[in-house]
Amino acid sequence: MSFQPYVPPEQLIKDRSDYARKGIARGKSVVAVEYDQGILFLAENPSSTLHKVSEIYDRVAFAGVGKYSEFEDLRIAGIRLADLRGYSYGREDVTAKTLANAYSQALSTIFTQQMKPYEVEILVAQVGDDEGGNSMFHILFDGSVADEEGFVAMGGRSEDLSDRLKDSYRGGASLPDALRAAVDAVSAVEERSFEPQGLEVAVLDRTRSRRKFRRLAPSEVGEIVGGGGR
Amino acid sequence: MTSPPDGFPGPAYPLGANPSFTDLVRSVGGESSNPASASGGQAAQPGLSGPHGMTAGGPNVMPGVPHGTTVLALKYADGVVMAGDRRATEGYSIADERIEKVFPADDHSAVAIAGAAGQATEIVKLFQTEIEHYEKVEGDRLSLEGKANRLAQMIRGNLPMAMQGLVVVPLFAGWDVGSEEGRIFRYDVTGGRWEEAVFHATGSGGIHARGTLKKRWKPGLDRAAAIRTAVEALYDAAQEDVATGGPDLFRGVYPSVKVVDRDGFHTIPEDEVRGAFEGIVEDLLANQPPIGASGAREAEEAGE
Repeated sequence: MSFQPYVPPEQLIKDRSDYARKGIARGKSVVAVEYDQGILFLAENPSSTLHKVSEIYDRVAFAGVGKYSEFEDLRIAGIRLADLRGYSYGREDVTAKTLANAYSQALSTIFTQQMKPYEVEILVAQVGDDEGGNSMFHILFDGSVADEEGFVAMGGRSEDLSDRLKDSYRGGASLPDALRAAVDAVSAVEERSFEPQGLEVAVLDRTRSRRKFRRLAPSEVGEIVGGGGR
Repeated sequence: MTSPPDGFPGPAYPLGANPSFTDLVRSVGGESSNPASASGGQAAQPGLSGPHGMTAGGPNVMPGVPHGTTVLALKYADGVVMAGDRRATEGYSIADERIEKVFPADDHSAVAIAGAAGQATEIVKLFQTEIEHYEKVEGDRLSLEGKANRLAQMIRGNLPMAMQGLVVVPLFAGWDVGSEEGRIFRYDVTGGRWEEAVFHATGSGGIHARGTLKKRWKPGLDRAAAIRTAVEALYDAAQEDVATGGPDLFRGVYPSVKVVDRDGFHTIPEDEVRGAFEGIVEDLLANQPPIGASGAREAEEAGE
């Protein structure tokens, strides 16, 4: 029988938070911006197959930063929850709010009860029928949730990115304008320019029929970003 | 083993995620309306008849279970056409004159059903979710072959229910993105799966529809001709089979016709189906007078 040294709970929480924050700070960033027809997601991601942004359900998308295996775990859990709910109830009963609550509960339990906290930050976004109807929930490693409006930045340089986006964000911008602004913000913070192949871009587009989620191919991104008279 | 985070559904799977929604539903257990898991009571459900020509009131049919269907699929130059009549019967009465039997499985494939209607629509719903679930979890689309196999497994899972009379026999067709062609798969009640080279029809009127398809199908049919062939086959089946509904001009009921081509799944608008049907009737009238007992006699008399 060995005695565990006493660790004050404040210290325990602080250590875990620092650990999670350090992990997240190492990762690349994700930005989400509302535009006139939906929500745009932009991630710095050299891989074209391992995604940071993905579809959860008809109107709901997921974005994650930090440790890939951990946010991938959360992504699949979310798809399962959403599909099961939509199958047993109705498709319109699957909302970002439900998912955000479930994620918040799960992350909070992991943060307090597991050996190590998840080193992730996630975003659950839902596109509404009109511009005021969108919702974006930013969920941290400890399960705390923020209901965001307009734009969200997550990951290593999230504070700098938020500052940039605060300046450039205009409500009701078109997709090309919103994308250019987002790319500019990421390039400025990272102090380098990006090829379209190094970016992962997706939208929740309310003009689409049932499944609102769509990925933009690098060629499409290149056309928009390059063709804007930069 | 990875187990889902607290509060999320699903068991732990070895080596990461299992992309099957059917397995997920089964493991969660609560939603045991899952027909593919083949557990469930003996509820009488409305239905569309299986491929074995089971007649209402026959030895294998549960009391009050409706039957009767013709669904078909045929290839044409740019893909596949899939069509079905609109009738569901219950014993000797008609349960529904406007039921839909052809559904999109995803945006590049379609599934048509024959059999117990409640069971069949549930399998379709599960199949649609299964495909979408796989696509989202894996980040890749299931191949057409993969979808056809998955459907076969779901039909096999329904076998115990089929033994009790709730037979479901689908027809599956779609555009194969890999080989750039339309493909058709037929099934039997045990989950057997065969690929058809050009066309197939199933349900109680399937045998009659196949006769028409055999005579009318030609390689390289264009879309309009393929739609017309499908409508004609259903029209012929409706004449021979009580459980298959024919077009009803008065009430505006026409067969449902769907097309899957390179661009995906399309529903053919009712006007176009009506146009095809009117064309068939016009040609019939032009080539021969209406055939009836008295008509035939008059013709004979006139000839003498």
